[in-house]
Amino acid sequence: MEAGGTRLPLPFWAGGPAPGELYSLTCPSAAGPGLESHAGGGGPLTRPSENPMVTGTSVLGVKFDGGVVIAADMLGSYGSLARFRNISRIMKVNDNTVLGASGDYADFQYLKQVIDQMIIDEELLGDGHSYSPKAIHSWLTRAMYSRRSKMNPLWNTVVIGGFYNGESFLGYVDMLGVAYEDPTLATGYGAYLAQPLMREVLEKKPILTKDEARDLIERCMKILYYRDARSFNRYELAIVTEKGVEVEGPLSVETNWDIAHLIRGFE
Amino acid sequence: VTRGPADIIAAGSDITATTGTGGDVTLPLPRSLSRLHSLPWDRGQRDRPLTRFLPRSIELDEPPLVHTAASLFKEMCYRYREDLMAGIIVAGWDRRKGGQVFAVPMGGMMVRQPFSVGGSGSSYIYGFVDASYKPGMSREECLSFTANALALAMERDGSSGGVIRLAAITEQGVERQVVLGNQLPRFSSP
Repeated sequence: MEAGGTRLPLPFWAGGPAPGELYSLTCPSAAGPGLESHAGGGGPLTRPSENPMVTGTSVLGVKFDGGVVIAADMLGSYGSLARFRNISRIMKVNDNTVLGASGDYADFQYLKQVIDQMIIDEELLGDGHSYSPKAIHSWLTRAMYSRRSKMNPLWNTVVIGGFYNGESFLGYVDMLGVAYEDPTLATGYGAYLAQPLMREVLEKKPILTKDEARDLIERCMKILYYRDARSFNRYELAIVTEKGVEVEGPLSVETNWDIAHLIRGFE
Repeated sequence: VTRGPADIIAAGSDITATTGTGGDVTLPLPRSLSRLHSLPWDRGQRDRPLTRFLPRSIELDEPPLVHTAASLFKEMCYRYREDLMAGIIVAGWDRRKGGQVFAVPMGGMMVRQPFSVGGSGSSYIYGFVDASYKPGMSREECLSFTANALALAMERDGSSGGVIRLAAITEQGVERQVVLGNQLPRFSSP
């Protein structure tokens, strides 16, 4: 036993931070399936967190009478580099539900893997039930929140769209576990550029037809392509109705640059 | 790494690595193109010791699929994304889909591509490869496309240089080639 003042931690403080020492947050190596088992690897000072690497930009969603439509471009950016120009950021969950993700693409691929397995496991139960869009949204909210609470988030913002029991569903979950539903949704830059346009349309006409919803989405994708420096003119559209899921793509917007001639100084 | 007419993969890489933050020492390494199995190949950058020590034991009755090999890399790169720094390209030939190229960049996503570039000098040649690549090139066209791309990158990138090691991967197997420093394709320069 040493008499020096450095004999820490005291018994009641065992296992906790030693004053003056560096305390490392350890990641609980919880077993169990799904999103919880994400080993931290490395040494004692490894702090689980993340830096998004290859990322996707906005995802848009709009409800209409009889279904929902979501859209996302097909770009995976590596910082400012438009690195992967033909990737899909939309996944079909089941015949009632689609999911679009922005943020880290590797995390989206992981999420896709987990969800696909969940759907298979549910199919194997053979009870005739399938996950509703609301159920998927609820599960995802808990899962994303749980990861964020371990300081190891899935760096994504997700839009879930679906049609179940005669009702349209459109939900949002982000990497913090913040979740909500709304007739129009947008992630990333879309929240600033597209959402006001979408809300303006819905204010005048709360219930859109499928074609109107589609036109609105296309108009918003065009504006995002003009204004978002990390966007790309190649996108996918997913429409969910009682008939099921239809993913269209790749589509492109027609752009008009005539305004360039009206700007002084470039004659 | 380029994919040729459905059957042929041409992969190439330079052989220098720099130690130290200032980049003051260059070590010629034996190879940064490693053979994973008799067919699928991987081209790793940055964390060189890592890619050399990755497990190569794939015990199957038939040669592994390129997708499988790429997935194994992806699993590790995604799981340990915080601790690893590796950009990987897995290329090879299998019976199901012929020649394939998969990119597993930092972060641990996985995507199949007609061709892929990576590493420090890659930024300088995105324009070149985008402009020059055509689908359905022959074996010779692929090899020269790859060699030219590398030569241009090596010219501009201080962290790249030395020789080009090429590998053409087909159903028959792998054929390696070396383009020495004094034999590199030349381009205009003032």
